[in-house]
Amino acid sequence: MAATYTLRAKHRRSRLRTLAFLSPWLIGFTVFFAYPMISTVYFSFMHYDGFKPPTWSGTKNWKYVFESYPFFWPALRNTLWLVVIMVTLRVLFGLGIGMLITKIKTGTGVFRTLFYLPYLAPPVAATMAFAFLLNPGTGPVNSMLEKIGIPAPGWFNDPDWSKPALTLMFLWGIGDLMVIFMAALLDVPKEQYEAAQLDGASAWQRFRFVTLPNISPIIMFAVVTGVISAMQCYTQPLVAGKVASGVIQGAGTMFEPGYPEHSTLTLPQLVYNLGFQRFDYGSACVVALVLFALSMAFTALLMRRRGGLIQAGD
Amino acid sequence: MPGISRKVATALAVTASTALLATACTGQSSSGTQDDASKDTTITFWHAWSAPNEVAGVKALIAGFEKAHPNIHVNVVGNMTDDKMNQALRAGGSKAPDVISSFTTNGVGKFCSSGALVDLNPLFKKAGIDPATTFPKAMSQYTQYDGNRCAVPLLGDAYGLYYNKTAFKKAGITSPPKTWSEFEADAKKLTVPQGDTYKQLGFMPNYHGWETTTEHYMGQFGPTYFDASGKSTIAGDRAVADAFTLQKKLVDDLGGFKKLEKFRSGLGDEWGPKHPFQTGQVAMQLDGEWRLGMALDAKPDFEIGVAPLPVPDDKADQYGKGYITGTIAGIAATSNKQNAAWELVKYITTDTDAVVGFSNAIHNVPSTLAALKSPKLRYDPRFKTFLDIAADPNSTTSPASINGGVYLTTIQQLGYDYESGKVTDLKAGLKKAAAQIDTDIAQAK
Repeated sequence: MAATYTLRAKHRRSRLRTLAFLSPWLIGFTVFFAYPMISTVYFSFMHYDGFKPPTWSGTKNWKYVFESYPFFWPALRNTLWLVVIMVTLRVLFGLGIGMLITKIKTGTGVFRTLFYLPYLAPPVAATMAFAFLLNPGTGPVNSMLEKIGIPAPGWFNDPDWSKPALTLMFLWGIGDLMVIFMAALLDVPKEQYEAAQLDGASAWQRFRFVTLPNISPIIMFAVVTGVISAMQCYTQPLVAGKVASGVIQGAGTMFEPGYPEHSTLTLPQLVYNLGFQRFDYGSACVVALVLFALSMAFTALLMRRRGGLIQAGD
Repeated sequence: MPGISRKVATALAVTASTALLATACTGQSSSGTQDDASKDTTITFWHAWSAPNEVAGVKALIAGFEKAHPNIHVNVVGNMTDDKMNQALRAGGSKAPDVISSFTTNGVGKFCSSGALVDLNPLFKKAGIDPATTFPKAMSQYTQYDGNRCAVPLLGDAYGLYYNKTAFKKAGITSPPKTWSEFEADAKKLTVPQGDTYKQLGFMPNYHGWETTTEHYMGQFGPTYFDASGKSTIAGDRAVADAFTLQKKLVDDLGGFKKLEKFRSGLGDEWGPKHPFQTGQVAMQLDGEWRLGMALDAKPDFEIGVAPLPVPDDKADQYGKGYITGTIAGIAATSNKQNAAWELVKYITTDTDAVVGFSNAIHNVPSTLAALKSPKLRYDPRFKTFLDIAADPNSTTSPASINGGVYLTTIQQLGYDYESGKVTDLKAGLKKAAAQIDTDIAQAK
């Protein structure tokens, strides 16, 4: 009996110790995730303007966002465009640059620095610079294109070109991915390349059967983090749209994000617009939940599919 | 879950969630304070001005107030955006403002209906001031919503026409246009093409041409926007359709949307010295009274003319009116020094000398009828045009709405789609926009 009691006490102490070690995470999880999450679900069913106490509104906010709010579907389409096109191009471009630099014999440091530096530019400054470079009327890029006889696009002023212009800017700031891919590429065992070469594998076959399997966890990391950051894309499209539209907030003027023709509108912009400009916190919570569900769905899908990319033991 | 039963764990989780939700920041709406405005106190005033001459003007205004009320000290915080003000009004706290001043009138409906700013009607009544006879009609209109006067005009903005007198002479035009058809003809005469762009454009009609917004154009046509029950009237309002039609005609006649947009994207920015009117790239400009000082500072190589904006041909007798908006001031509902705050608001918005002094300092239109007529007003003779527009009984504004300026954004959005050719059926577009406005308002209620 005494032995059982001692064992129980020991287990209790062990549990308490575990809880004590876990408590910083538990507190963080509760305060920064669980509570905001529960609140967001709660407020999505409430009419709440941030001033008067919230009142129950049932599914009104959900209906409004999906059926009547004119910006939701364009923003969703734009966000998905960025997730699919921009993330794919960023991964391919980052991997390509990483491979090129690992192959260079001399001046690697210079090239690494050159490709990494743009990543350090603050998002607003980088966007302003691109808006200047890609200005359809006075930008140097279009002047150059016109000189060589290529029809110059409207970039941030043209709804068909605004997202490609944004993508171009994100590709310019590829430094973070390049560094990660370089580290992964340099980590591939040389013996595997030597063995493949002895077997007569071509360059493509060496890439396909040696490089790719070795760096697949890094590709997965780049894709998942890329998808999440594309989902959260806020600053760059907002600044680009604002600069290109020429509208600066002043007396009697206003700016709704998305210029031109909603083409740079993203879901996080809607959360801000609905919550902090329209004071419609309920609808803002609905959009935030959609964003959260999409992020979870994409991540889950990618993780389930990882079997093809990540080999056992990775 | 060994050690803690599942029931206990569930109960704990539910209690914790309920407690967290119950303590969620639900804002509050103060019902007024009992502070003694005759005792020594300090209040906080947030405003949006940032240019050095404007900041100096605010400083002088507050110095005048502190001299008149030696017991009330004012902690002035400048360069505040509307977004920051909105958050501070919601959150309250010791560092939140007691008095705010916002550059836009679009938030008034939201501020009044939500209770973020206190209703000043009882305070005006107690002070024996009648807002209807103190402020110009349009300014009085845009500072209240549904009978709740939660804001006061603090200087105003009147919109008129700036024109390049030198270019006018060159084109053989002797006087500024008074009707839109005269304006159209002048804009074409003043347009000088250069290759596939312009050496000089008569007028930049695109809605992204800064102040050429839908509500600024429509001010000249006199739209109603809402009926007595609060429903949007834009689908059946001839004034709205006429304004859209005129703007689209200007876009088409002056080169088409794409060509104009390309030209616009290469122009200098609105607040910089290379503003297209100041550089002579655009010969006529729809703008507010502040442009005169800015244009003169840029020392252009042409003579600047100022006139009211044209009116529709069938309303020629109303020439002289314009669109009016301006800065507003209000008292935070979260403030516990509302009586002292009222003393400040009353002084800066109704004391004629204070209003005139502030207007002289920052070159905005005075916001009281007495100040508009004050002999102490110092201004360039051309500025008188804007004073007259502000005092004109036919001048209009856009009414406050429960969701702020959302209805204006919806109309503006239709404007973008119509001018670019995305929407071709204006009647159907207006009907859809009206339905959207009604839906957005229902959502905000």
